[in-house]
Formats: sequence, C-alpha cells, structure tokens
Amino acid sequence: MNGRLALILAAALVALAALALAPFYLGPYQIGLLIGLTGYVTLSSAWALFSGPTRYVSLATVAFFGIGAYTVAALNEVLPYPLVLAAAAAIGLAVALVVGLSTLRLAGVYFVIFTFGLAELVRQLVTWYEVNVTGTLGRYIFMSFGPEQIYWQLLALMAITLFISWWIGRNRLGLALKVIGDDEVVAAHCGIYIARTKLALFALSAVIITLVGAIQAPRWTYVEPGIVFNPTLSFLTLIMALLGGANRLWGPALGAVPLFLLFEWLSARFPDHYSIILGLLFILIVFALPGGVAAFAERMFGQRKPTPQMPGAESALARDTAEARR
Amino acid sequence: MLTTAIIAGLVLGGTYALVAMGLTLQYGIARIMNLAYGETMIAAAFAAFVLKDALGLNPVTGLLLVVPAGFAFGYAIYGVMMRPLVARAGDRGALEIDSILATFGLLFVIQGVLLVLFGSNYMSYSYLNIPVSILGANIAANRLLALGLALTIGLTLYALLRYTRWGTAIRAVAVAPQSAVLVGIDVNRAARFAFALGGALAAAGGVVVSMYQTFTATSGVTFTMKALIVVIMGGVGNLLGALSAGLILGMVETFVATYLEPGLTLAATYAIFLTLLLWRPQGLFGKATR
Repeated sequence: MNGRLALILAAALVALAALALAPFYLGPYQIGLLIGLTGYVTLSSAWALFSGPTRYVSLATVAFFGIGAYTVAALNEVLPYPLVLAAAAAIGLAVALVVGLSTLRLAGVYFVIFTFGLAELVRQLVTWYEVNVTGTLGRYIFMSFGPEQIYWQLLALMAITLFISWWIGRNRLGLALKVIGDDEVVAAHCGIYIARTKLALFALSAVIITLVGAIQAPRWTYVEPGIVFNPTLSFLTLIMALLGGANRLWGPALGAVPLFLLFEWLSARFPDHYSIILGLLFILIVFALPGGVAAFAERMFGQRKPTPQMPGAESALARDTAEARR
Repeated sequence: MLTTAIIAGLVLGGTYALVAMGLTLQYGIARIMNLAYGETMIAAAFAAFVLKDALGLNPVTGLLLVVPAGFAFGYAIYGVMMRPLVARAGDRGALEIDSILATFGLLFVIQGVLLVLFGSNYMSYSYLNIPVSILGANIAANRLLALGLALTIGLTLYALLRYTRWGTAIRAVAVAPQSAVLVGIDVNRAARFAFALGGALAAAGGVVVSMYQTFTATSGVTFTMKALIVVIMGGVGNLLGALSAGLILGMVETFVATYLEPGLTLAATYAIFLTLLLWRPQGLFGKATR
C-alpha cells in the first residue's frame, strides 16, 4: 500500500512538473487555454469539495469568484500583490461564514435558491457602492506580470485543491461529510457536529473559489460588476463537476477538461446559439449520467472486471444472481 | 407621493402574487422546482409584444392566446422532461435536485432562443398609457388594468381550487401524495395538470408584466428569484400565502425604491427572505413539513 502511494505521488509530481514547464514550449493562445483549463479544474474541484459529499447544490460560485476578482481590481494599486491575494481570501472567507451561518441550517432546496441569487445580490451591492460612494463603475487592473505567472499560480492552487480533497476523502472529516450527505439525522446521532463540519467545508471551498477569481483577475484589464459576476460561471462549474462526478477525487477534473475545450470551440463557432447548446447539453448530462462519468466508468468496469477472474462455477453463479437481480 | 407608492406597490405585488401562484402549484403539487419559470414568463411577454406590434392585438385579447399556449407548453415539458425524472427519482430530495438541474438547462435553452429571435435589447410596447387620477395620485391606466387582471386570475384560480371537486383532488395531492392514490386520485395526472397550470399562470404573469414594464431576454432570472422568495415566504403550496407574500414584497420593493434607493431593491428582498427563513423556516402560512 505504501509503495503504491509513493508511486501515485511520484506520478502526480511528474505530471505537475510537466504542466509547470508547458509554458516554455507553447504559444500565447495555448497558454490562455491552459489558464482556462486549470481555472475550471480548480473551480469544479473546489465546488465538489463541499457540494459533492453534502449534496448541497451551491449556485454561488460566481459570487465568490467575483469577490476575488473585484478585490484585486479595487486594491491592486494600494497594496503589494501577495497582500491583495490575502485580502481577497479574507473577504471571501468572511462572506462565506456569514452566508454559511445563515443558510446552511436550511433544508436543501432553500439553500439552492439562496445561492442562486447570491451573486446577483453581491453584484447589486457592489454596483450600488461604486455608483454612490466611489462614483465610478469600472476599474482598471495593471499588473506587472504576464500570463505565465497567472498560470503557475493557478496550477499551484489546483495542486493544493486536489491535495486537500484527497486528504479530506481519507480522514474523519471526509467520512463525517459522507454521513451528513446520506442522512443528517443519523449523522447527528453519531455525534457529528453537522453545522460546524458543513460550515468549515463551505468556507474552505469558497476561499479557493475566491482565490481563483483573484488570480485570474489580471487577465482582464478592465473590470466591472457585470463582467466578474456573470452567472454562467456558476453553471459551468456545476455542470463540469456533475459530468465528471462530484464524489470522486478526479471526477470534477474529468468533467472540466472536455467540457472546457468543447465550450471554447462552441463559443468560437456558434456565438449566437451558444446558450441553447449549453442548455441542451446540461439537460442531456442530467438525464444520461446521473452519477457523472467517473461513477459510470466505475460501474462499467466494476461489472466487467471481476467476472473473468472468478473460477467457472462461481462466475456462472454470480452472473445468474446478477441477472436475477435485474 | 405616498398614494402613488402604495398603488404602484399594489400593482407590482399583484403581479408577483400571480406569478408566484404558478410556481407554488408546480413546486407544491408536481414537486418540480422549476428554475426556468421566469423564462416562461418572459417568453409570454415577448409573445404579447409580437401580438401587439405585428398583429395589432391588444394584450388582454393576447392573454386568450398566450395563456393556453403556456398551459400546453407546461403540459409538454412535464411529459417530455419531468416525467422520466419523476419515475427515476427514489425520493423527494433526489427529484428536487434533478428537477433543479434539468430546468436549469431549460432556462438556458429558452433564454438562448429568445436572444436569437429578439436580441438583448430592452423591449416595451405602448398600451393604455393614459394617466388616471385616484385619490389625487396619477397612475397609468395599464398598471391598474394589470392589477385588476392579476387579482381576477388569481382569485378565480383560488376559488376553483377551493370549491370544486377537481380542486380538492389537486390539493389532496399536495397534502399527501401517498394517500391520494388510495382514494382513487391519479397522482401523476394531477401533477402533470398542476405543472401545466403553473405554465399557464407564468404566461399570464408575463403578459401582465409586459403591459407596464420593459423587459429583456435575460430578465427571467430575477422573476424566478422573486417568485421563489414569495413562494417560500407564503409557505409552499399555499395560494393565499403566495397572494399576501406577493403583495408584501411588491410594497417593500416599491417603498425601498421610492424612499431609499432604487439600486437596493434586491438587497431588501433578500433581507426579508433571510429574516423570514431564520424566524419561520416553513413560511408565513406554511406548516412544518420536514
């Protein structure tokens, strides 16, 4: 087991190193693609960190993403960059705690509805503040570094996010979350602090999402609330995590990579019909792959793999029972 | 100023109440959380616009065409999209999540079609735009007509559900879907009918809104949000609750916009929503169900 773990770790490090070196061999367009890819893998993994095990469907992704981006826009000329990032993370954390404390004890569908409008609320508050207090709506971001630096920061954040979800899946917290997702009453009887556990995970997920927004902000030179709080981002994140499978470590990444490339292609080829195709694809995924690609693959391989390994009689018995069950 | 605000609040609130009634039918009886509800409304608003501008049909006559179309649309959507999800869902929670996700896709499809057909500009048409004086305040006649229509449609529906045999069956499904089967009610048919009725109410709401407001292809989401808030405030499945919550919300919004700041209406809506949920999670008139 330890040998296997070391092997996986080594493979992950090699893959990470290869990804980190990629900008030296690629043109600006490909680096842009990589930034988008890394960003969405991180977003959907962070989303699944909370929503996967607890089954609380959050549509607030863009609220936190926008908070991150807007903090950078507001503070980039006042503070040094690392402090700007820290400020963004702190604001994201504060908002997540307020939202979490007031909504996480609500039943599932109320949570969905509240998060559904949260981005709109934050956007309206920021717009109101900008128009009435500072007197300007848009802000400019001038940063001294190029797309490679943005990519490396995102890559590091992605690695950290994947590591966190791997680590959580392997300890008591992950188990507690699964019990909460299955049945909150049972979880309470097991002595799990439901509210505290959910709040911690929601805040962690929100801080990561905020940081993705903050890191990606310098990609725009001009920022206004309508741009950074675009609700499509929440939908994309959700659909990616669902396609891949929100309950698996690699699930969100598995959904994010093909969908991001597909969306890039679609928005270039069919800009007018983009949202129709997006919607149809969304419906298709909900109908065809309820548990996501990862669960689907496990089911397929899970059914096929054991059969040839079993001795003849047992295999026939297993097949018979399996058929009887169907 | 005060009278104007009160009447404007009543008009807005009446529209919200009408719109929320449809959503509460869909969610309370068919158990479908329909996130594409506002888009159905906006599609109806565009239909009224086309009928008025291209065919010269006034919106009240338009209602007679658009409302049945909304019913047919809801009926078809339930049969094609929702029925398989209902059949697949193991429990109510699973159906809620599945319906949220599927109608989310539907939201994008309808919005995309509207964008392709009409573009993203603000739309409006002029109908009965003549001032009427009530208690010293000048109000446009179209607003008063909108309020009258909203109240008429809403109260008719309430009476139908409350006093007819058919309405009793529908309400039985809302209260106890398992037991309704035992007394010979076809739950699936009732659910489909309630969902279609919700579509018809969304269409009616869209036409009513288009009489006095501008709208764009993308403004459906805000209506869904407000309808959801009204539904939750009033208690899920409760028509009178939806009516009173809609009126409260319309009043609060108008007063915040008139006396405080037009940019903060949504924040006010949310503040009410959150306070209410924390104080009475089952809504003003709802019974605790879970």
